[in-house]
This record gives sequence, C-alpha cells and structure tokens, in this order.
Amino acid sequence: MLQYILRRALLMIPTLIVTSLVAYIIIELPPGDFATSYVANLAAQGDMASQETARVIREQYGLDQPATVRYLKWMQGILTQGNFGIAFELRQPVSSFIWERVWLTLALSLGSILITWALAFPIGIYSAVKQYSIGDYFFTFLGFIGIAVPGFLLALVLMYVQFKYLGQTSGGLFSSEFLTAPWSWDKVLDLLQHIWLPVIILAVGGTAELIRIMRANLLDELRKPYVITARAKGLPEWRVLLKYPVRLALNPFVSTIGWTLPFLVSGSIILSVVMNLPTTGPMLLRALQVQDMYLAGALILILSVLTIIGTLLSDILLAWLDPRIRYQ
Amino acid sequence: MNTEKETPVYVAPQWKLVWWKFRKHKLALVSGIVILLIYLVALFVEILAPFLPDQTNSKYLYAPPQSLHFVDEQGNWGLYVYGYTSKIDPVALRRTFEIDSSVKIPVGLLVEGVPYKLFNLIPGNRHLLAPLDPDQPMYLLGADRLGRDVLSRLIVGTRVSMSIGLVGVLLSLVLGILLGGLSGYYGGNIDNLIQRVIEFLRSIPSIPLWMGLSAALPLDWDPLRVYFAITVILSLIGWTGLARVVRGRFLSLREEDFVMAARLDGASEMRIILGHMLPAFTSHIIAAITLAIPGMILSETALSFLGLGLREPVVSWGVLLQNAQDIRSIATAPWLLIPALAVVVSVLALNFLGDGLRDAADPYAR
Repeated sequence: MLQYILRRALLMIPTLIVTSLVAYIIIELPPGDFATSYVANLAAQGDMASQETARVIREQYGLDQPATVRYLKWMQGILTQGNFGIAFELRQPVSSFIWERVWLTLALSLGSILITWALAFPIGIYSAVKQYSIGDYFFTFLGFIGIAVPGFLLALVLMYVQFKYLGQTSGGLFSSEFLTAPWSWDKVLDLLQHIWLPVIILAVGGTAELIRIMRANLLDELRKPYVITARAKGLPEWRVLLKYPVRLALNPFVSTIGWTLPFLVSGSIILSVVMNLPTTGPMLLRALQVQDMYLAGALILILSVLTIIGTLLSDILLAWLDPRIRYQ
Repeated sequence: MNTEKETPVYVAPQWKLVWWKFRKHKLALVSGIVILLIYLVALFVEILAPFLPDQTNSKYLYAPPQSLHFVDEQGNWGLYVYGYTSKIDPVALRRTFEIDSSVKIPVGLLVEGVPYKLFNLIPGNRHLLAPLDPDQPMYLLGADRLGRDVLSRLIVGTRVSMSIGLVGVLLSLVLGILLGGLSGYYGGNIDNLIQRVIEFLRSIPSIPLWMGLSAALPLDWDPLRVYFAITVILSLIGWTGLARVVRGRFLSLREEDFVMAARLDGASEMRIILGHMLPAFTSHIIAAITLAIPGMILSETALSFLGLGLREPVVSWGVLLQNAQDIRSIATAPWLLIPALAVVVSVLALNFLGDGLRDAADPYAR
C-alpha cells in the first residue's frame, strides 16, 4: 500500500509541472500585457497616458524580461515564499486576498460531493432494487434532466422562481452584516444558511450521473450467485444488500471523485458568477477581462493543483477499498 | 422454431441489424426526429425567422410574448395576434405593455418581408410566418432590451449553437481517432504517453482553462475567426473522450481473427486499420460523436454566457442567455430564458439519441 501511494505521488510531480506551465501559458497568451490594457483603460476614461507610463509599469512589474525568466521567477516565488505575483488591479500580492475565496470554492465543491453521495447512494440502490418501478422511472427521468440542465441555467430558473414567488433576491454567501466581519461562529452559521442552495444546484448534475452508475453496477451484482446464497442462508434482505453487492458497487463512488472534482470546480465557477458568490469564479472572470494575468494564472493554477490532489486522494482511497488496484 | 422468420437476421447486413435494434428504442427514435427538426431549423433559418435578428424597435422594448390566434371573437377564421397598449410607469419610468385585444394584427404564411439569400445563394424574401404589414409588431416569444424579436434570434442562434457542436466534434474526432488509434493499435510506450496526456487533460477543471484561453482571443477578431477559435479551444479537451472509445475498440479488435488473417495476408498496417478495423467500429464512433455534441453545446453556451465565447453581433443561444444574466432582467422579462429551454431540449434529445445509438451499435450483443 505504501509503495502504491509513493508511486502514485511521484507520478503527480510531472503533472504538477505541466499544470504550472499551462497556467503560465494562459498568463502569457493575451496580446499585450497589463501595461497596455491599463493605458488603454486610462485613455478610454479620457486620461492622457503616454508610452512612458506603460514603460514604467512594465519595469515595475518586471514585464520587460523574457518569458522563460518570468516563468522561473514566478515559480520560484510560489515555491519558496508562496508568492503568486502581484494583482495589478488591486496593486496587492495575489496571495494576500485570494485564499478566502479559494477555501469557499473548496467548501462549495466538497459540500456538493457530500450531497451528491448522500443523494445518489440511497436513490441508486432504490432504483436498482426496484428496477422498472414508478420510482425508478421517476429518478431516471430526473437524472436525464439533471445531466441536460447545466447548473447555471438551473440557478437562473431557481432565482427567478425565488424572486417571483418568495419575493426575495438571493445571491452571495453571507448576510450583509457578516460580509466584512471576521470569521466567527455566527458567520459560519450564516454561511451555512446561504450555501445550501448553490451546493444543491451544483450537486444535481453529478448526482444524476452517479445514480445511473450505481444503478447499473448494482444491477450487475444483484444477479450474481453469491446474492442468492446469502439470501438462501436466511439473511434479512437489507443485510444481503448492504453487506455484499452494495459494497462492490461502491467503487464508482470513490473512483469518480477523480472526474467529479474538476467537473464541480468548473461548475462552481459559472454558478458563482450567476449567483454572485464570493468564490474564485467572479474573481477569475474579472481578472481575465482586465488581463490581470498573475491573478488569473494563480487562480487557475491553485484550482488545478487542488483538483489534482483531490484525484490523488481518491485514487489512494480506491486502492484501500479495492486491493486489486494496488497490485496492478 | 420459425426458420422463415429467422433467416433475414442471418443474411442482413450490419447496418440493417443496427437499424432494427435502434428502432426498438422508442425514446431514441423520437429524439432522433427532434434532432433532425432542430437541424432543419438551423438549415432554413432565413425562411423561418420572421424578422432579422438585429432588427431593433425602440417602441417595443421588453414587449411580452403574444399568442397566435386562429379564431377571433366573432368566430371568423384567420391568423392574427393582438396588438399592445403601452403606458409609462410614472414611478419606475419604464414602459409597461398590455395585450390589447381590440387591435388585431393580421399574420400570414409565407409573407413577403426582408429580402435574404438562402445559403448565401438563393435570393428570397418570403418568411414562413410574419405580420402582413411589416411595421406591425409580432413578438411570439417577446422582445429583448432593444426590441428585437426573441423568436427570430432563437431561430438564428440555432444555426451557430448546433453547428459549433458539430464542427467541434469533427475536430475532436480527427484528434481522437488519430491519437486513440495510435494508442490502441501500438500499445506500449505510445499508449502510456497518450493515456497520461488524456488523464492530465481530464484532471484539470475545464471551464477555467477554457476561460483563460478564450480571454486570450483578441477583441478585434471578426466573428468567424472567434467562432473557429472557440471550436478549437473546446475540442482541445473534447477529443479525450473520443480517443478513449477508439482506443478501447482498437484494443479489443486487435485480437480478432479477421485482423490476424489480414495481417497474414500481408496487408499493410494502414490497410488493416482503415479497411478492416475502422468499418467494424464506425457505429460505435457515431454513437460516441452523438454523445460528445451536447457537451460542446453546453460549453459554448457557458462560455458565451460569461461573455468569453461568441459575442454580439453573432447570435447563439449562449449569447442570447447573456441578456438573462442578472435577476433584474429575468424579473422584467422572463421570456429571455427561453433559449435555455432550447439548450436543454437539444442536449436531452442528443443524449437519448446517443444512448440509443450506443445500444444499437453492437447488434450482436444481447
């Protein structure tokens, strides 16, 4: 097991390097740089900004050095001091203000995974055991809708319903009095009161997929002779189910964290823009619009790295659950 | 056993078996028809759209949908819609509309209207359904913030949204077949490398990556270039799913007797792959393509919705939904959400169709 974990962790290193390269390429891609867009912005507001200003900004932020040098400097800063560069628009180090948003994104994604499991697990079992019942058809239908309706559309519709019939506009993760307050128990409780809606919206798509997988897997297992044996020796039905076939059918739950996580992070970004949640989504969008490239690159890098670590954890968990995988 | 009835199954060519099996899947059949209709709409946009998509009308900003009537109060037959009365809300200083049933606006089939060129070739000026007097309002799905007809824009958007899926999938298909084929046919180190690349691409969240890439597109590019750039960006990750299907098929077919026979006959590798193996899994590829299109459509919608994909004046479902981004505009004009319905219907239908095709793709499996 230890050997497996080590091997798997070593394999992660090249992936991380490539990820950082991809994030850096994204930083470098837009034509022009922050200096040009800053000058253009000033000009649009009627301010006269000269090439001189652009040159000064470039020098100040080291934008005049070759790309490879800047990449290495960027990486060095991240690895040695946790310094992700300067956010040009706010004129502050990126690392000084993004972490709260990153944690909220993570909380949103992890919350959705938990909800996904809590819903998909019983519904999947029910659908498989009562195959072709009305309930099964109902959940299958819901599942297809869940796959076809992306989270942000669902959010739009729900926000409209909420506005029309409850007369309230939702949005944000905190009540106004907690917006800038330091973290406290009350603030956490307030967060919990707001976060459930986006969490559920995010979870719908994944739940639909997982119900289908769970149902298919369990259906395969239920027809195997060992189930009949267990039943024949007089075990109560729930025990027959939970002790053997469900345990085997559980594997997809763990192995899907690998693709659920990128999917959820992606979904949470658009959802946050729609529902105006203070996660990384709106910040990334804004950063990309004004070419605040170190901020955008840092966000993309952090999200990707967290996803890759999540995938690693799910692989280890899977190997622990299913010994066959360890010895491949 | 009834041999006369059984015989056709043994002599039927593969495509016929696939069709027989597909026919049994009623939901997929219906979905196939829906998809066909949607693509027909995309093809004949100019005839079907009552107005031009960018035709503004400052008198009817956010006008609510009218319904089409066939019989009037006196029992006379005829196609018409009711007109509007508008008044200005003294508090909000906003124009509000009410349907005024005393004003009848006659509507006709194949009415002469704005001239167009179908497929950029055939000139015409008839529109399937339009008001007889082109200056009268007809907003079957309401109007947007510039008084443009949502129905016309929805129809025009069909072309871009449905084709971006097709074009994107074609690009991914080329990459997917090439890399998946290499991976599955040769195995070993090449397989390992390609599999790692696929795993890597799948392990990073796609939306931030797409956002970063599309934010990099220069603002002054013309719409066509942006369109192709977006399809390239989408297929950059889209090919991985197709490559997996192709690789899986190659791995299982490689061991089949007919491949061994071809190899012993001295057929070249190209010939084995293209002439012997490819036909054996075309149906699987078609199913995989059908299942890949909805992802592309959803991604384009998401990107355009965020303002990072296609932009006005291009009309796609995602661009239309951009107008429905905040709660205020949805509250004043809920009909702006109708394009979302189009997205959901086409994605659902494509999913059902793909599922049916996948089941039918292997007619020998039970």
